[in-house]
Amino acid sequence: MTPFFVTHGLPYAWAWGISTVIEILLIAFPVMLAVAIVIYLDRKIWAAMALRRGPNVVGPFGVMQSFADGLKVFLQETIIPAAANKALFLIAPIITFTVALLAWAVIPFAKAAMLADINVGLLYILAISSLGVYGIVIAGWASNSKYPFFSAMRASAQMISYEVSIGFILICVVLWAGSFNLGVIVEAQRGFGFGVINGFVCSPLLFPVWVMFLISSMAETQRAPFDLTEAESELVAGYQTEYSSMSFALYWLGEYANVLLMCALNATLFWGGYLPPLEVDLLPWFHHPEVPGIIWLILKILFFFFIFSWVKATVPRYRYDQLMRLGWKIFLPLSLLFVVLVSGYLMLTGHFA
Amino acid sequence: MTALQLVKSFTLWEFINAHWLTLKYFFKPKATINYPFEKSPLSPRFRGEHVLRRYPNGEERCIACKLCEAVCPAQAITIEAEPRADGSRRTTRYDIDMTKCIFCGFCQEACPVDAVVEGPNFEYATETREELLYDKAKLLANGDKWERAIAANLEADAPYR
Repeated sequence: MTPFFVTHGLPYAWAWGISTVIEILLIAFPVMLAVAIVIYLDRKIWAAMALRRGPNVVGPFGVMQSFADGLKVFLQETIIPAAANKALFLIAPIITFTVALLAWAVIPFAKAAMLADINVGLLYILAISSLGVYGIVIAGWASNSKYPFFSAMRASAQMISYEVSIGFILICVVLWAGSFNLGVIVEAQRGFGFGVINGFVCSPLLFPVWVMFLISSMAETQRAPFDLTEAESELVAGYQTEYSSMSFALYWLGEYANVLLMCALNATLFWGGYLPPLEVDLLPWFHHPEVPGIIWLILKILFFFFIFSWVKATVPRYRYDQLMRLGWKIFLPLSLLFVVLVSGYLMLTGHFA
Repeated sequence: MTALQLVKSFTLWEFINAHWLTLKYFFKPKATINYPFEKSPLSPRFRGEHVLRRYPNGEERCIACKLCEAVCPAQAITIEAEPRADGSRRTTRYDIDMTKCIFCGFCQEACPVDAVVEGPNFEYATETREELLYDKAKLLANGDKWERAIAANLEADAPYR
C-alpha cells in the first residue's frame, strides 16, 4: 500500500507509516470479529456434540450471542481485589490480548500479502507466543489469590514444556522449506505431494509431525484437554478467577485469538496456507487457482477450529502429571527423532545440494 | 505394555474412535428443547406451585382443619382459624413459606376437601425472597388462575387413587 501513498505525493516515511497502520487495522478488526464468531461456533459445536442446542436466541441462530455477551461484559463494573497489585492486575489482560494479536503480523493471507514480510517470521511467532505466558503469570501474581497463582504456575510450566517440542517440530518444517519466512514456507508446499497436493502433511515423514504440532498447539493455547490452568473443579476459573468485566473479556478474546492463530499456523505450516488443497482442477468447471488465497486460508482455519472444538467435546481433561509426561517424555524425544529423520532424509536425497 | 497397546497408543487409536463417536453425535437430533417456547409434557401428578381452591359457587374449600400444617415435614405452613360470621370454621391466615417447602405433596394428600393442591406451575421465580412468602390471598388467586388445569389433573389422576 506504500507505493499508492507515495504516488499521491507523501514522503516515503509518512506513506509507510500510514499504510502500515491501515494494514494493522485491516488485520486486527477482522481477527477480533472472527474471534467473536468463533466463540459462538465453539459453543455451537460443543453443544451439538453433547446433543444440546447451544446459543440460539440472540439473532438468527444465535449468531449475535458473542456480541450480546460482549456488551453485557462491557457494561459491568471492573472489580479490583483490595489486595491485588493494581497496575499489574490491569496490565496482564492487555498483555495477553495484545500478544495474541501481534503474531498475526507474519501470517501470509495470500501470495506476498502479509503485514511484516520478515525472514525470521517463524522465530518471531515463537518469541511472541512465549511472551503470551507473561499475561497469565502476571495475572496469577497480581491477583494475590491462591487459585490464580496455582493456575499461573501450571500455565507457565505447560507453555514452556510444549514450546520446546513445538520448536523441534518447526525445525522439521524449516528444514524442508529452507526458510523461516512463512510466505516462502507456504510456497515451498506448492505441488509438494506428487506435484498435485499442496501441503507438507502428505509426506509420511511430516504427517506425524503435524499430529504432534496439532496436539502441542492445543496444549500451547491451553485448550481442552490441556486446560489444566482453568480446571474448574480444582482452581475455580484459574488465572481469571479475580477478573471481571472488560479485563475478563480481554482474556477470552486473547485466548480465542491465540486458538485462531494456532489454527492459522497449522494451516500455514502443514496444509498449504493460502494455497488451494490441490494444484489441478478437481471439477472441469471449478478452477481452484481463481479462488482468492484468503478464502482457502479462512476455510482451513475454520476446519482446524472445528478440530479444536471437536477435541474439546471429546477428550476429558488430562491430569497434570500426564500433561508433563506427554510433553517431556513423549513429544520431546519424538520430535527430536523426527528432526533427525527429516534432516537425514533431506541429506540422503540431496535436498540441500 | 504389550506391542499391541504400544501401536494403539501411538496411532491414537482410542482417540480416533472417540472422535468418530462424537462426530456421529454431532449430526444426531438434539435432546434438548427450546424451553421457553417449547415445554416438555408434565404428569398430572406433577407437584408445583401451591394453590388454594374454591367450590364452583365461589366458596373457599379450606375448612381450617390444619391437617396440612400438621403433616408438613418442613413446617412451611402456618394457619390461624376463627368462626366466620355465618358460623362456619374458616382460616383467617393461611401462609406457605415457599422457601421452606420441599414439594413433598403431603399437604395435598392430607387435605380432606382438596383445598390445598400443588398445581402444574413451576415458573414462579421471584426477584426477592419476600415474594416467596405466600399468604392466603396469593394462594386463592393462584387457585383461581390454575383451577381448570388442576381440575383436569385431579380428574386424570382419580382412577389411580
